[in-house]
Amino acid sequence: MSFDLLSSGLSILAQVENPPTTAPAVVPVVNPADTAWMLVSTALVLFMTPALAFFYGGLARSKNMLNTMMMSFIAMGFVGVAWALVGYSLAFSDGNKFIGGLSWAFLQTIGTDPKVGTTIPHVLFMAYQATFAIITAALISGAIIERMRFGAYVAFITLWSIVVYAPVCHWVWGGGWAGAAPGIGALDFAGGTVVHINAAAAALVAAIVVGKRKDFGRQALLPHNVPLVLLGAGALWFGWFGFNGGSALASNASAATAFTNTMLAPCATMVAWTLLDLLRTGKVTGVGCGTGIVVGLVAITPAAGFLSPTSAMAVGLIAAFPSYFAIIIRAKTSLDDSLDVFAAHGLGGITGALLTGVFADETWGGAGNKGLLNGNPGQLLIQAEAIVGTLVYSLVVSFILIKIIGFLLPLKATDAQQGVGLDVVDHGEEAYSNGEGAVLILENESTSTPAASPSTIGAR
Amino acid sequence: MKLIVAIIRPDKLNDVLKSLYKAEVRGVSVSHVRGHGGETENVETYRGTTVKMELQEKIRIEIGVSDHFVDPTVQSILSAAKTGEVGDGKIFVIPVESVYRIRTSEKDTAAVTPVAVKA
Repeated sequence: MSFDLLSSGLSILAQVENPPTTAPAVVPVVNPADTAWMLVSTALVLFMTPALAFFYGGLARSKNMLNTMMMSFIAMGFVGVAWALVGYSLAFSDGNKFIGGLSWAFLQTIGTDPKVGTTIPHVLFMAYQATFAIITAALISGAIIERMRFGAYVAFITLWSIVVYAPVCHWVWGGGWAGAAPGIGALDFAGGTVVHINAAAAALVAAIVVGKRKDFGRQALLPHNVPLVLLGAGALWFGWFGFNGGSALASNASAATAFTNTMLAPCATMVAWTLLDLLRTGKVTGVGCGTGIVVGLVAITPAAGFLSPTSAMAVGLIAAFPSYFAIIIRAKTSLDDSLDVFAAHGLGGITGALLTGVFADETWGGAGNKGLLNGNPGQLLIQAEAIVGTLVYSLVVSFILIKIIGFLLPLKATDAQQGVGLDVVDHGEEAYSNGEGAVLILENESTSTPAASPSTIGAR
Repeated sequence: MKLIVAIIRPDKLNDVLKSLYKAEVRGVSVSHVRGHGGETENVETYRGTTVKMELQEKIRIEIGVSDHFVDPTVQSILSAAKTGEVGDGKIFVIPVESVYRIRTSEKDTAAVTPVAVKA
């Protein structure tokens, strides 16, 4: 979603579509077709967060199903509000190369006039970007499910969206150091660095600082509902058309390229993943299929609008390998990144961002956006700089942030609470209650009943 | 012969099974049950309806053993299933009149003696 690319791309398109009769001094106007597509895209990307909840929830154990799903859902509330209040301004308003200012805090002056450099209303641009902040924060939860306390988690992702996500977003898309003009800046079409590498680094830090689940390495911790994992993966793919296709910020050729590549790259990843599964174990797994889809989507995200559909399939195919083997190796270590956020989103994102610098093609991605295979080896280095910058910043600041929160609040549920399951401990609900043994508490006796505080449950 | 019936916490099942295998106890039946053993009830709320969950998820293990295996079996369950909090469960040791192994029609002690698995 490089704006510079976009504005240059748009001006080229404008010239093609409106031959010289139009005056060059362009008065920004809202384009109805662009606005229509971005309205749809915003809804599609928001839908990815519930989809992620099902993907993650199915991979958890049944006693932690609701807690795992809520960790995604809650981002729509807290991160959404934080984004409107300050996050958006820090990411996109004028500032320095590292962070934006506060001129748009509390959505001041943001109206329905077109956002500079786009043809869509500014409020819509803000809402579209809000859905990105929400899903990015929710992605982190996969690393700490089944043991991080809910309150500490909510505090972490909300503050993280302000102090980590917003600055990194500013670097790449808001006028910061990593997203300068075509041929100079890093190419990140829809958020390979901003969303996936960024969230994966935070996930890694959170998994290490919070620590592993009490049963990790002692018992098999199996997915409780693989059908829901596949439902979630399918719904993520659906929503991702808005994530990548919408990142063109217009209903144009670039959106069509990104959309098509979002269709094809995960196909190739699935094929590669399936064959790896088949060769290694002789069986093709459903969880592997779902994971392959997500890895393919992650990998094509930075590249989506910059390369040909054939190259997109190459990206999808190659991206299967690092993530596939990282997941196998990770399970044998003592790192409890429970749902392999780093292996899927971190390595998938890094592979995709690097391959963007290899396959980017001016014919598809607009003038100046070319990679190694099209005579611009320097792009690969620029991609690497953006990756390292994001990784280092996210690792360090996420670490400091979670340490501060850990100083104020306990991060991890006790062993007894983990034994009961966090659905009951944190939410006072069960995902699959059949109502047996449930006794109605009437108004007048509710005071005498021991409250559902986690401490009473933990102490039983 | 005795039938040992143990009610334990669901999250202790793996520990108990491991401990039983270590004590060379073979032949276990496991079922999911719901029960109440005096522990604090979980209070849950659904759409404004607050309920006390008087029944908790538990696991019931049943093991038929010959007499000299009773003590090792009980000890391994006791050590593996304990958390020290109310709700850890119970072990019942029940006399058994007779036992048959269906495959061979062996009776009583022969029926509960594990068969060496041919390699």
